[in-house]
Amino acid sequence: MKATSPVDAGKRRTTLLLAGLAVGMFAFGFALVPLYNLICQATGLQSVAVRSNGGPGAVRTGGTVVDNTREVVVKFDTSVHPNLPWEFAATQQRLQVVPGQMYEVIFKARNRSSSQVVGQAIPSIVPWQATPYFNKLECFCFNRQLLEGGESTDMPLRFVVSPDLPEGINSLTLAYSFLKLDEDAAPNRTNAISSATAVKSATPKGKSDVSTGT
Amino acid sequence: MSTTTMTHDEAHHHGAPTGWKRWLYSTNHKDIGTLYLLFALVMLFLGGASAMMIRAELFMPGIQLIDPDLYNNLVTNHALLMIFGAVMPAAAGLANWMIPLMIGAPDMALPRMNNLSFWILPAAATMLILSFVVPFFPGGGTQINTGWTIYPPLSVQVGMSMDFLIFAIHLLGVSSVLASINIIVTLLNMRAPGMTLMKMPMFCWTWLVTAFLLILVVPVLAGGVTMLLFDRHFGTSFFDAAGGGDPVLFQHLFWFFGHPEVYILLLPSIGVLSHVIPTFARKPLFGYRSMVGAMLAVATIGMVVWAHHQYTIGMSLGAVTYFMVGTILISIPVGLMVFNFIATMWRGAMTFETPMLFAVGIILMFTFGGLSGVMLAVVPADMQYHDSMFVVAHFHYVLMPGAVFGLFAGVFYWLPKWTGNMYDERLGKLFFWINVIGFNITFFPQHFLGLAGMPRRIIDYNVMFTEFNVLSSIGAMIFGLSHLLFLYIVIQTIRGGKSLKRSGAKSWEGAKGLEWEVDSPPAFHTWETAPQIK
Ligand code: HEM
Ligand SMILES: [Cu+2]
Repeated sequence: MKATSPVDAGKRRTTLLLAGLAVGMFAFGFALVPLYNLICQATGLQSVAVRSNGGPGAVRTGGTVVDNTREVVVKFDTSVHPNLPWEFAATQQRLQVVPGQMYEVIFKARNRSSSQVVGQAIPSIVPWQATPYFNKLECFCFNRQLLEGGESTDMPLRFVVSPDLPEGINSLTLAYSFLKLDEDAAPNRTNAISSATAVKSATPKGKSDVSTGT
Repeated sequence: MSTTTMTHDEAHHHGAPTGWKRWLYSTNHKDIGTLYLLFALVMLFLGGASAMMIRAELFMPGIQLIDPDLYNNLVTNHALLMIFGAVMPAAAGLANWMIPLMIGAPDMALPRMNNLSFWILPAAATMLILSFVVPFFPGGGTQINTGWTIYPPLSVQVGMSMDFLIFAIHLLGVSSVLASINIIVTLLNMRAPGMTLMKMPMFCWTWLVTAFLLILVVPVLAGGVTMLLFDRHFGTSFFDAAGGGDPVLFQHLFWFFGHPEVYILLLPSIGVLSHVIPTFARKPLFGYRSMVGAMLAVATIGMVVWAHHQYTIGMSLGAVTYFMVGTILISIPVGLMVFNFIATMWRGAMTFETPMLFAVGIILMFTFGGLSGVMLAVVPADMQYHDSMFVVAHFHYVLMPGAVFGLFAGVFYWLPKWTGNMYDERLGKLFFWINVIGFNITFFPQHFLGLAGMPRRIIDYNVMFTEFNVLSSIGAMIFGLSHLLFLYIVIQTIRGGKSLKRSGAKSWEGAKGLEWEVDSPPAFHTWETAPQIK
């Protein structure tokens, strides 16, 4: 067998082709980074908002368009369930907002008892027809809150009111009620258990932390 | 390729070298095949040990034996050890042993690269084991609690174990890409004169497709974990939303690899079945051409349906519909393969030696797993089943028969060829029955657990799930321990002795193909002059 027999030439060619293919696929992996964003933008693959246009419960952000021609009043209401020994209030009672613009409001909570307590805030919006247009970007109600005895804390809420908010609605109320969570749902244990599911709640899968692990 | 040719020529007129050098420097396809198979056997037991610990913990609700992060680390390790340590190397071992024998070639095309692709594996396994051991030492960081899918952001937060794991994945990737290149080059260039592609034995076809899949998808995974490494240490934010990245991108990269990977695990075993069933049904394989076609279809469609693992990430309706239809379409060629196997057995003169028992078992149980796969492919249903024990049941019903049992069938089928000794048929059958019964007790109840809402990858569960978990854990102990019998049979057959029958060149009456024309065990060098195929 000579070093340059046709079989050897064939082996060499195939090897190089395949090695090139492997390197090419490695590069393709990196090419997917910009491609991914392009494809998602072009086709709306990744966008729940596009899918659920019109459906109930959809979140409508209306993109980044700011509608300067309108002003809407947002009022904040807070209540604490009797089983929770906390004080809880918004630092602002009302806010004039421009649809499409992001706002931040701070809520304050204090644990009046001397022991550690876990609470969960439940939001609701009046009138309910405005619910899909009120988009919370960050909210203390996404997670359970833990306060040590006597501890107090500032909790931010960031939101955008969608420019698609129906014409007739010029004022809306966001009401929070804070509830106590059961002992066996204390976050120490759940955090440990849900380390694998933390991925889930941190990625936009649309499942809230409360519902995982059930 | 003058160097490889020289190696080959040098070795020409020698027998096997002796001592450890024989193995460390080996360029002989049979020795490397043996090394791969032994490595896989060791990994099978390590992966099995992790699984037994998982099931021991799940025997009762509550947290008894291990802590949650360790539990999740075991889940991660179990998957990685089994997939990358046991199944893929075992399939590569069969390929190394059998492909040159089957196509009448003296060795693999690139013997030195063959040596390299095997010897990378122990290094990779060491890395993987280190990733598990390191957190037990002070300053070792947290355990890998992500599962084998290593999704960010969690995988960015894990301690230095994750870096070991990333390197292990790189090494495993290099090893399997090199092995795949070698296999394709061998199959395309070294077939005996007259053996056209459409006369190639089915096992070779399945490996040709598998090797192409590996070359196409493993580098993408390597790219993904490289980005993960950059995110962890070099301040990039490929997957960090705060820096403009997207954690979901990692999921796409992972499953672009991950879904074809399941066919990488499946196809070599389909190849084994395509030899075992005709041998013991004493009929040629029904529909050779359609098998090849079906396999190519599975591989092609399989490349573009990965997002059925990600239905819950919030894709648009159009996108999920596409992935759903694509996924369900795959069950057509998969079903075709199963029908071909059944048609091969139809009116055959069947006998049920151990490899055939496994073959029949595979057809029944793999098909069942395929059915639960179609359930999972349906988007609204999967929204419920996703990340539940139902998914665990599904993939064990496809992987255990579809990959592992196929490899068992292959080992029992070719062990007489490799060693020259017939294994003890009674023990083989006993192993089959314990193994299969244990498997079903373990995984069948998990369907019900999943449907009732028990999530996967969680150490604790609601007391209402206790009964099925107890059952499953008992099954797992039977299943796990049955592999000791397998180990015993293999060792017994290798050592031979008076109690065992010797095997002739043709170990099975109905066997056909070039591999049965060389002695059992084959000489160190075979097919130095290529046979002529009519
Ligand atoms: C009829 C063909 C099949 C269909 C329609 C199918 C469908 C699916 C779907 C939709 C999932 C995602 C479930 C979820 O996470 O919610 C899944 C998971 C899985 N399938 Fe299949 N499958 C099929 C065959 C196979 C085969 C042949 C194998 C391997 C040999 C396999 C291995 C797996 C594995 C390992 C997972 C779980 C991966 C993970 O999340 O860790 N499947 N399958
Ligand atoms: Cu898949």
